[in-house]
Amino acid sequence: MSLGKLLERILQLLPVLLGVSLIVFAMMALTPGDPVQIMIGDQSVTPEQEAALRRDLGLDRPIHERFFLFVTDAVRGDFGESFYHRRPVADVIAERLPATIELSLVALIVALATAIPLGVLAAIRKNSVLDRLATVGSLLGVSLPGFWFGILLMMLFAVHLQILPVSGRIGYSSEIVPITGFLLVDTLLRGNLSAFWDALSHIILPAITLGLPMTAILMRVTRTSMLEVLRQDYVTFAEAKGLSRRRVLFRHALKNALIPTVSVAAIETGSLLGGNMIVETVFGWPGLGRLVVESIFLRNYPLVQAAVLFYAVTYVLLNFAADLLYTALNPRVKL
Amino acid sequence: MSAPLLDVRGLRTVFETRAGTVCAVDGVDVSVHRGECLGIVGESGSGKSVTFASVMGLVKSPGRIEAGTILLDGCDLRGLTPKQMRAVRGKDIAMTMQDALTALNPALTVGEQIAEVFDAHDYTLPRRGSARARAIRDKSAEMLGLVGIPSAESRLRQYPHEFSGGMRQRIMIAIALACRPKLLIADEPTTALDVTIQAQVLELITEIRARLGMSVVLITHDLGVVAEHCDRVMVMYAGQVIEEGPTAEVIAQPQHPYTRGLLASIPRPALRGQPIRPIEGQVPDLIGLPPQCRFYSRCPLHRDACLAPVAMRSAGPNRRVRCILSGEPVE
Ligand SMILES: Nc1ncnc2c1ncn2[C@@H]1O[C@H](COP(=O)(O)OP(=O)(O)OP(=O)(O)O)[C@@H](O)[C@H]1O
Ligand SMILES: [Mg+2]
Repeated sequence: MSLGKLLERILQLLPVLLGVSLIVFAMMALTPGDPVQIMIGDQSVTPEQEAALRRDLGLDRPIHERFFLFVTDAVRGDFGESFYHRRPVADVIAERLPATIELSLVALIVALATAIPLGVLAAIRKNSVLDRLATVGSLLGVSLPGFWFGILLMMLFAVHLQILPVSGRIGYSSEIVPITGFLLVDTLLRGNLSAFWDALSHIILPAITLGLPMTAILMRVTRTSMLEVLRQDYVTFAEAKGLSRRRVLFRHALKNALIPTVSVAAIETGSLLGGNMIVETVFGWPGLGRLVVESIFLRNYPLVQAAVLFYAVTYVLLNFAADLLYTALNPRVKL
Repeated sequence: MSAPLLDVRGLRTVFETRAGTVCAVDGVDVSVHRGECLGIVGESGSGKSVTFASVMGLVKSPGRIEAGTILLDGCDLRGLTPKQMRAVRGKDIAMTMQDALTALNPALTVGEQIAEVFDAHDYTLPRRGSARARAIRDKSAEMLGLVGIPSAESRLRQYPHEFSGGMRQRIMIAIALACRPKLLIADEPTTALDVTIQAQVLELITEIRARLGMSVVLITHDLGVVAEHCDRVMVMYAGQVIEEGPTAEVIAQPQHPYTRGLLASIPRPALRGQPIRPIEGQVPDLIGLPPQCRFYSRCPLHRDACLAPVAMRSAGPNRRVRCILSGEPVE
């Protein structure tokens, strides 16, 4: 893997980011709703005060000027101030990011840990009851709306059975001073096991909800590629060598079958970003997704713009990671 | 004569397909004696590969062995548990696949693919640890050397795609021979190779056979290869054996019209390198075959008597033929 390739990728990213910024800018400008009015709310203010606030937020300038300012500032790493928090947008996002990354990682782990074994089992027991159940399940998984499934889980486990908390990231009594910002890690680093269990119990339902569509897709991919691989000559030859079933399935078949799974997983991780907005809102998860949703309602333009740029960069980088993984797993391909 | 190493009786292997039951192997008897090389010839689809996949216990769904006994050294392979069968495969009987380019796993190094055979079957190795790993590595390198791949040590770390087709064929042979099997089934070991490499690979098999004293089943389309390397030959047609005997005799005096057709289509004495030229007509559909002689529709000599089922007949010592016009019925 050469540095040149990496540079090329980064250069390819620039027009994408510019285009994305433009679209977001236009969409925010075209959606009805005025941030100043929203901020004022029910308070009674004089027209002068309102004008001052508008000037203060830079909203008195025409839109093309605002876009130009945004781009030139963004190039220097300045994304402006959040209208609502009155602090730099980058700081606000950085604060919320660990919660989102933690949730996404747990969702990814949940998805991989269920999808791969299920996909393999469905393939080696093709047309069995299990295979059929998995097929129906994965169809539901991709088609069920995330918020609906989330609410369903919440009603069952949090409201009805009361074995898991309804929302939030951790209970008040378990709050700890953060180190990395990942609560599952920090609680362990602080040696606070009960807080760890508390954080874990909070993350389970949102992670399952977030990971469900991905689980469904990865299961299908794994099943299909496993079936394909099991038909290959090299699997028959491995059997002809008298190797154990385990070795044939896992070393010979799965190693090849996982190549598509892993690259799809890397690409699909990008789609977790979108899922985060819904799931974080449903489960009151204090992450970036919920922040973005709130910011859209508040017409908090700078924050939405910066967050969308962040999503775009992450998405492209994940695609790049997918390519790297594909190469690493597949000795025939050299980037 | 001593008991054969491999003795297959009445083998019948079928595939359930949407169109019906394909009877790919129908009542095949094969015996392979110790140290001999048996050639199997026949048109594409005549059941050569399926016969020996059945012997290896590698017939996969929707296929299944419907009848027959398969004795290896007197041991009934069909009665073995899957685990016992795995101990036989790769150790007592080894196989090389028809297509060397697809038979090696692209994601594993060649070294690992040889080593795992030793790991599975070789009980003389140290039990565990680095001594075992080293012993396996040495043996793997030795096998690559045996099949004529130079600087074996470093090539063990390479992946199949880094080798040429002929090299991969040799690697497959090295893997098959790793545990000194009693029987090697070489399924068209030369089809994918160019002529000079073909000759080298066949020389290699013949040489190693002599050295290790193993038996070889050589499946091929090439009668020239059979003439040069095989002690006996078996001709298959539409899932049945139709003629069998010592190579020289079969080539000099073929008994079955099909065999005669095969040989007539090749300009002699330059048998070598000639593929089987198709005889007029088509191989019958293997679904729902009538009981008559399977070659009936293509046979220049066919007559009404051929519409009855034809059993194997004896045509002299060690010779059998499935045609009512030659040989004598066996009791
Ligand atoms: N998986 C399968 N499903 C259905 N039919 C099959 C299957 N495998 C083999 N057959 C049938 O079995 C018959 C014999 O096939 P086999 O591979 O043994 O032929 P062959 O003599 O080895 O031919 P070739 O020279 O092309 O290798 C073929 O007619 C084929 O249609
Ligand atoms: Mg074949």
